[in-house]
Amino acid sequence: MRWRLNRRMNRRMATGILLAIVVVALVAIAIAGPLVTEQAMATDFARKDLPPSWQHPFGTDWMGRDMFLRTIAGLSTSLRLGMLTASLSAGIALLLGSLAATFGRLLDATVSWLIDLAMGIPHLLLLILIALAVGKGAAGIIIGVMVTHWMALARVMRAEVLQLKQSGYVLASEKLGVGKLTIIRKHMLPHLLPQLLVGLVLLFPHVILHEASLTFLGFGLSPEQPAIGIILSESMRYLVAGTWWLAVFPGLMLVAVVAMFSWLGGSLRKLLDPVSIHE
Amino acid sequence: MSNINNCADNTVLDIRNLSISFQQYAGRFSHTQLETIHNLNVKVHAGELVAIVGASGSGKSLLAHSILGILPYNATWSGEIRYRGELLTQTRIEELRGSEIALVPQGVSHLDPLMKIGTQILKGRKDAATRQKMEEVLERYGLGDGVENLYPFELSGGMARRALISMAVLEDAKLIIADEPTPGLDAKLARRVLSHFRELADDGAGVLLITHDLELALEVAERIVVMHDGTAVEDTEACNFAREETLQHPYTKALWRARL
Amino acid sequence: MEVAVKTAKNLVRVALLLLCASAIAFTLVSISPLDPLQTNIGQAALGSLSAEQTAQLESYWGVGEPPIQRYLSWLGDFVRGDMGISLLYRQSVATVIAEKLANSLLLLAFAWVISGVLGFTLGIIAGAYQGRAIDRAIQSYSLIIASTPLFWIGIMLLLIFAVWLQIAPIGLSVPIGMEAADVTLIDRLRHAILPALALSITGIANITLHTREKMIAVMGSDYVLFARARGESTRRIVTRHGVRNVILPAMTLQFALINEILAGTILVEQVFSYPGLGQAVVTAGLGGDMPLLLAITVISTALVFGGNFIANTLYGVVDPRIRKGVSK
Repeated sequence: MRWRLNRRMNRRMATGILLAIVVVALVAIAIAGPLVTEQAMATDFARKDLPPSWQHPFGTDWMGRDMFLRTIAGLSTSLRLGMLTASLSAGIALLLGSLAATFGRLLDATVSWLIDLAMGIPHLLLLILIALAVGKGAAGIIIGVMVTHWMALARVMRAEVLQLKQSGYVLASEKLGVGKLTIIRKHMLPHLLPQLLVGLVLLFPHVILHEASLTFLGFGLSPEQPAIGIILSESMRYLVAGTWWLAVFPGLMLVAVVAMFSWLGGSLRKLLDPVSIHE
Repeated sequence: MSNINNCADNTVLDIRNLSISFQQYAGRFSHTQLETIHNLNVKVHAGELVAIVGASGSGKSLLAHSILGILPYNATWSGEIRYRGELLTQTRIEELRGSEIALVPQGVSHLDPLMKIGTQILKGRKDAATRQKMEEVLERYGLGDGVENLYPFELSGGMARRALISMAVLEDAKLIIADEPTPGLDAKLARRVLSHFRELADDGAGVLLITHDLELALEVAERIVVMHDGTAVEDTEACNFAREETLQHPYTKALWRARL
Repeated sequence: MEVAVKTAKNLVRVALLLLCASAIAFTLVSISPLDPLQTNIGQAALGSLSAEQTAQLESYWGVGEPPIQRYLSWLGDFVRGDMGISLLYRQSVATVIAEKLANSLLLLAFAWVISGVLGFTLGIIAGAYQGRAIDRAIQSYSLIIASTPLFWIGIMLLLIFAVWLQIAPIGLSVPIGMEAADVTLIDRLRHAILPALALSITGIANITLHTREKMIAVMGSDYVLFARARGESTRRIVTRHGVRNVILPAMTLQFALINEILAGTILVEQVFSYPGLGQAVVTAGLGGDMPLLLAITVISTALVFGGNFIANTLYGVVDPRIRKGVSK
């Protein structure tokens, strides 16, 4: 019994350490991207189509570009775009969720209508339409992903605010005639922020996957930009030629980054909410 | 410990030095062992109704769960639980629970919301004899008239409690553990439900009634065990609650005074 | 009675949502720089459109009319089945969609059923044996797949089965212009296997994760605890109480999956060059074929809302609490 307890405790500690490592790794990739972009784009036909080796861990492509550097540059783009769009989505979620819960039934009904509406149009189609409307590129991705990813978190925020509204000090403030916005700012935001943080981190996987998908299909970033979607879409043309590494490694790295975010979000949620720890 | 004499004194349930502890997280990265029940001793004889009285949240339900072998994974217990002189191991209780040893839980949330009452009572048995018996039992508790075809949400609080009791009765349980069977019921209904447990004891079963309501417990129980801070502070005949002087522990005396 | 009223209300809601969605899609198409009215005339690809066709197109899109009127006239035509002319396929949009949808339906149906059945089963098992080895295995599969872009799963399947093992076609064997009738059934199935597999792999993970959550909630419920106290074995608890209580939310999940799978076909059909609705979306989007893109969007959205509506209606019929008119 004692042995099991110790093991559990260690696992929890290990989670904390791993958490730090994952964050550092993700930040490192995000920062490294712009620094290696130039090198990643450098073509050298003397070293084209090289399989993975110590010198080029992910091999090189048909223009002799180093696939490892290209992958890092692409992931960095994904991470930075993801950070921006996920934050914007979370912002919308916070705004609409708390407004819905605070300003009466009409607004509540409107927001829930908006949620149903945004959830009804298949995301990828809506993303494509938006991308076309604003003229592809980063802008299309940012706007598109922003308006298609806020719904689930908005529901969470709404439920949280509704619960907070029933709490003693909020009811007391209302009696004292404190304004609604002040109550939101002073009493609710501090409680909502941890939830929002978890929601934000958990948005990343969806955001990054959608960005990659949109770019892969040709509606996102352009071929000159370092993007994982571009790399993978190009790799398809060379599958038959046998240069499998063009598709395998960048894809695996993308999976790893997305999985790290999922895990990060899940762990954060458990840490911030000790009651739900017993899994 | 166990010998033929022990059996002969018709003890149905004998709990000795029961301790139950929980693992809890204390902060982000560490956790502690939280002992909810320690060194609890309770005996129930055949034909006897023993009430365990304690404030809500004092771990009374855990006691019921430990007897039935359904404690949550993060709880551990130590001590000895004997049923008719026989040590109750996990394997043994798994054989006995639901037949000789029956739990009567709190209320309607313990019934499958999507299954008809009759189906739940029968537990998959389809033979005519069991069906016949079920109908008799339901009739006895005023649940005739097609109640067996209703879903749990269609029952009133009192009906749900009686349906839960009929489950124990159908099994001819020798030991019945009632875990807070009255909350949410008005005094009259609660009395009626408790009187059913009295009848079951009078019919020869041992009944362990876990409740927070001393008043009601005194009306039906022979013996009262008062639980405080995770252990039994008083184990006495119900009649000793007539006067404060016959009570031992300060907590019990406080309870007694609160009744006035 | 209650159920009928609820169903009617639901239907109105769905219709209104669809109307709004179509307005949004129409607006996006209208403000897009690829607006057919601005690009049509100058676009080289359309040079061969006859004057008559151009006029038809212009009247369909209502040149010079105010936006709301344009939307209303488009909507009126759309509802009557006139979805305009596809600029790329040189056919009426309705014809193109009918053909593409017929191709995609095979994929959609296969992935939908497989994901539902396997995802439900795996979710039930994982949830029932939470924390055990089997749960961890199922959970790992689902979490990894949930982190994997569908198109990359497609590429990997292509790499393994078509390039390395060479037991599957590499796609592109049904060129875009080819008539569906020219393709034999066997050929079509051969081409459908890998995309259907890719869709199912993600669909299963999706359903499994959600079903597992629901199952864990059920297994932690008072009634399961009581069933255990009554001597029911885990296996019996799972089959008698678990499945019964998880199947209702699972139904909702199953219909919500339509949305995911529709989006998935776009990616998968692109990877495998499968001539379905998804590929038509990409072709139309990249080629500026806005009438086709708009129509596909509206129809896909209708499918999603339709699924929603069916799920809600079924819920009302199956769940005794709603059926007997007790609000939850």
